[in-house]
Amino acid sequence: MSGPRGTKAAIDVEAIRREFPVLRETVRGKPLVYLDSAASAQKPQAVIDAEKQFYERSYSNVHRGVHHLSMLATDAYENARGKVQRFLGASESREIVLLRGTTEAVNLVAQSYGRKHVGAGDEVLITGLEHHSNIVPWQLLCEEKEATLKVAPIDDAGEVDMEAFERLLSPRTRIVSFSHVTNALGTVDPVRRMTELAHAAGAVVMIDGAQAAPHLAVDVRAIGCDFYAFSGHKVYGPSGVGALYGKAAVLDAMPPWQGGGDMIASVTFAKSTWNELPYKFEAGTPNIAGGIALGAAIDWVERVGLGAIAAHEHELLEYGTGLLRSVPGLRIVGTAREKAGVLSFVLEGVHPHDVGTILDYDGIAVRTGHHCAQPVMDRYGIPATTRASLAAFNTREELDALARGIGKVQEMFR
Amino acid sequence: MDDLRELYQETILDHSKRPRNLRGMPEANRRANGENPLCGDRATVYLHVEGDVVRDVSFEGSGCSISTASASMMTDALKGKTVAEAKALFEAFHELVTADPSKTAPAPAALGKLTVFAGVHEFPMRVKCASLAWHTMRAALEGGDRASTE
Repeated sequence: MSGPRGTKAAIDVEAIRREFPVLRETVRGKPLVYLDSAASAQKPQAVIDAEKQFYERSYSNVHRGVHHLSMLATDAYENARGKVQRFLGASESREIVLLRGTTEAVNLVAQSYGRKHVGAGDEVLITGLEHHSNIVPWQLLCEEKEATLKVAPIDDAGEVDMEAFERLLSPRTRIVSFSHVTNALGTVDPVRRMTELAHAAGAVVMIDGAQAAPHLAVDVRAIGCDFYAFSGHKVYGPSGVGALYGKAAVLDAMPPWQGGGDMIASVTFAKSTWNELPYKFEAGTPNIAGGIALGAAIDWVERVGLGAIAAHEHELLEYGTGLLRSVPGLRIVGTAREKAGVLSFVLEGVHPHDVGTILDYDGIAVRTGHHCAQPVMDRYGIPATTRASLAAFNTREELDALARGIGKVQEMFR
Repeated sequence: MDDLRELYQETILDHSKRPRNLRGMPEANRRANGENPLCGDRATVYLHVEGDVVRDVSFEGSGCSISTASASMMTDALKGKTVAEAKALFEAFHELVTADPSKTAPAPAALGKLTVFAGVHEFPMRVKCASLAWHTMRAALEGGDRASTE
């Protein structure tokens, strides 16, 4: 990517591309152009190998047996937890709960912390940028507790209206939950400021980091949030695994959420006692191989360098924004000052599903639809968008292919 | 582009750009709302049935070209049909867009122009787009007020 086309070679994209086996695939004879990493990222060989090797050489259940394999598995799994801890900047590994993903993490916080601390007349505050998994768990909680779900509005660019956010915080606000980076538009929220304001109002803060973790360095202590969650599959790791960070003191005071193996210290029919953190929140045999491969994904991201990935994606985002802006009849949705990895757009006179089908015909994978964020679409008065999202392995040439594909769409619907 | 042209036939593009019978119907005596929860496409189908005959049919909603054209052409096809014929047409259309053409009998003549939707079969993700209005129409005839493609 370096040289005459003028891309700064912060990372060696061609070398990175060789690490992703799926990028050698073709779709109807055309090379795959994968612009859907915001839905789920592809996996480098190192992640695939980690999972495979674990199953081939050291598979066993964790935290149970005294035998050799059980020890290997437990060590590898706990080692991965340590990597997540460092990745998020948490001070202790017991603050890292390994779960199925961000959605499960939000539900855990809503059901455990929320049911204990939110009562009738209390309030939970979210923003108008949230996707369904950061809306519905709070709706369920508020319905059960007769609490009120408040929503901070967003402006035309797709940024949270901070004055309204501040105004909506009240002495009754118990929990404030928002995304670090939003999935539909790519807006980066001012999470430190939002956390400060929420804390000043006496609320705890939950941050959905699913879309942020692949694109920017996260430091939960610098942000100051009480909870932070992300999913493995968006950060080049496996699906079905993710992590919840919670401040030790906050997690410690929370009741268990699900009951079962691993989360108990002792069980009698009269009473059970809970295991220590983080196992109190990890009922049942976990996604062991997934957890270990998540550790490998974090290793991979750190080897390439999150800063270099972010710089590369930012360059692509600017290039792609310029390309799309020059297409007549195309409107980019979400123009926040700070954005990460997402180009969402609508094309005059053409529904996104048709755009998606025609692009797919040229091997270009984009997401079309409401991106599990219907309220965001309603805010802009549109049913759906086409979303191209970026990752470390994307190139300018792929964005050129996208622009050509859009040209084809317009020709078809002329 | 061959399969794409099969999907986006001129007739389909024409109906998606200039949908027929896209209007509400105050005198409707059957109506239903349809939704494709996966993509958020919505359609309302109105029917005015007199005795056993569909006198008028119209729709409102938003969706992709396939779902809009399908709704538009459906309304054209249903006018003057009996309720039984309308239901039979639903079955024939459903078969057309879901069944493997190499394994089934040729599409029934009753489908007429609707056979332009045969290309949808090659695009499984779009079958729900093509059938949303039809599911909604059937729900309306059967006295339901809601239809979902899920």
